[in-house]
Amino acid sequence: MIRSDAPVLLEIRGLKASVEDQPILHGVDLTIRAGEIHAVMGRNGSGKSTLSKVLAGHPAYTVTDGAVLYRGEDLLGLEPEQRARIGLFLGFQYPVEIPGVSNLEFLRVATNARRAELGHDELDTFAFEDLVRERLAVVQMDPAFLERSVNEGFSGGEKKRNEILQMALLEPLVAILDETDSGLDIDALRIVAGGVNQLASPDNATLLITHYQRLLDLITPDHVHVMAAGRILRSGGPELALELERTGYEWVDQELAVAGVS
Amino acid sequence: MVASPLARSAQTSPTAAAWQSLVGAPLPSRRQEEWRFSDPAGFSQLEPRLWSGPEPWVDLVLPAGVKRLDAGAAQPQIAAVLEQAHCHEHWPVRLNAAAQGALLPLRVSAEASELVLDLDAADCGEVLAVQVLLLLEPGAQLDLTLRLRATGRSLSSVVIAASLQAGSRLNLAAVAAGHLDASVLAHLAVVQDPTSSLQLTTAAAGWGFSRLEPRIVQRGGGAATRLRALQWVHDDQLADTHSLVRFEGPDGSLDQVHKSVADGNGRSVFNGAVQVPRAAQRTDAAQLSRSLLLSDRARIDTKPELEIVADDVKCAHGATVSQLQSEELFYLRSRGIAEDQAARLLLAGYCDEVLAELPAAAAGWRPLLEQLHREASS
Ligand SMILES: Nc1ncnc2c1ncn2[C@@H]1O[C@H](COP(=O)(O)OP(=O)(O)O)[C@@H](O)[C@H]1O
Ligand SMILES: [Mg+2]
Repeated sequence: MIRSDAPVLLEIRGLKASVEDQPILHGVDLTIRAGEIHAVMGRNGSGKSTLSKVLAGHPAYTVTDGAVLYRGEDLLGLEPEQRARIGLFLGFQYPVEIPGVSNLEFLRVATNARRAELGHDELDTFAFEDLVRERLAVVQMDPAFLERSVNEGFSGGEKKRNEILQMALLEPLVAILDETDSGLDIDALRIVAGGVNQLASPDNATLLITHYQRLLDLITPDHVHVMAAGRILRSGGPELALELERTGYEWVDQELAVAGVS
Repeated sequence: MVASPLARSAQTSPTAAAWQSLVGAPLPSRRQEEWRFSDPAGFSQLEPRLWSGPEPWVDLVLPAGVKRLDAGAAQPQIAAVLEQAHCHEHWPVRLNAAAQGALLPLRVSAEASELVLDLDAADCGEVLAVQVLLLLEPGAQLDLTLRLRATGRSLSSVVIAASLQAGSRLNLAAVAAGHLDASVLAHLAVVQDPTSSLQLTTAAAGWGFSRLEPRIVQRGGGAATRLRALQWVHDDQLADTHSLVRFEGPDGSLDQVHKSVADGNGRSVFNGAVQVPRAAQRTDAAQLSRSLLLSDRARIDTKPELEIVADDVKCAHGATVSQLQSEELFYLRSRGIAEDQAARLLLAGYCDEVLAELPAAAAGWRPLLEQLHREASS
């Protein structure tokens, strides 16, 4: 849903970033308003995950230029945990397995960290179990996964559902979902997409990173951006994704060649 | 070869001489392979004065099917078990025999019994030596939890000699929460008959010096041995586990996981011997040593020592030393969990694999062990 008067939640300006002294992002500009769903598409290696990690504050990535404002305030100076608490969420392309740490306890601690920031009471184990059972429905997840260690031994699809469960509990204002569709069969894809649609509201925004149209058949984006070689090469509406589906990424290479990038 | 003046003076100091005359053997020295990493200075500076407090476990209430044996009759039986375990000449064993400390000899015939033994050396400044004899009759089952505690200068020295007859099962847990000025020696000798099973779970933290010596001998093979251990060091602490599992017949199994966490200036040593002589065909043994290095001043020495002569065996072993995984930390932080809390969660998760196996009687010690660690690392 596009409303030009909706407040800007995330504003990325001229963002450049590198990892191990290797420049990856070469100036990314992107503005996301409340109520919007954006899709960032692009080939493997174009810098999509790097963008998401930089936004979430991964210490391995260094911002070399540009700015990111979250609700008008500097985001890049904040620790990753603080970014999460004020409502930024990253759904990982590869969720991390943490043996020995109970999923339920992890979800509770994370939820309480967010709640404390919002001025809500801490939930004890009993109150939290009620909440988590309710939110499990969003992704139709088996409660048995709460008793296991975080993501340990989960299938690809189960890990992605666990990511959306976290999103459902943390109620972020800006959710960045990095290839949440990859590794999902069609049923799981429907469930996950349904969860994302259910959580989208006029007050929050979603940034979907994907390289398939099939996710966008289920979640209609307001804006589509094509990323290549660490930049956003072109932006448009949902039709841009359909065009990509038809024509592939060949034209991207041509445009990059014209621009003298690769 | 001329001994260095330092070594000579250590050997001839009045304290060392007193130890030698008590034990009837010189103090262990780092020149011995077995003691290469554990400097006995950790406990040998203590005057070898024997425990003058009340004798532990005199009022112990025993469950049905567990009988206390006559002390006089028990001595030769302890000696026999230790001889079967080939460790009667070991220094900690000799120390306890010489100290003639508390002796708890038990015969177990019950099919299910549970016992908790507490030993608190406090800050006695003395040597608290105890010996426990466990004779498990065929089919007997015992869950024994040993809880060791010290809060200051002291040496706790524990020798357990256990004999497991056919079909018996011993679940032995030892939790040891110490103090930077306290030392502990624990020699845990178990002789297993075929078809017996042993689970030994140990967790130690907080000691200036700790040395654990699990020593398992499957007399005729064919038994099941499962070992789980966790040791934590920080500050200037040293924790040394020297384990030995020996198969003297075919078809025995071993499943061993040793974990250590080293922080501060701490030093953690694991030496895991597995002996599979020719008679021990079809032995199935797995040993895994996993260490977590939390400080660049800490040190970890880990060494599997597999002596495999039999040819038809499965022996797997592995050793890893790692740090807290940065991707795991970031994942937790990206969910709003502060870095120090995230590190604590990861650490607790790392230790959980061992601590989760402690029986209920030791579960209460989990926070204590964790607290000892937190105090030291904060
Ligand atoms: N941690 C890292 N270390 C080294 N190179 C990296 C790292 N992360 C990303 N890169 C490199 O940055 C480029 C962009 O990667 P990435 O952001 O993962 O792309 P995408 O998500 O679009 O597939 C690739 O060339 C990749 O190899
Ligand atoms: Mg990616």
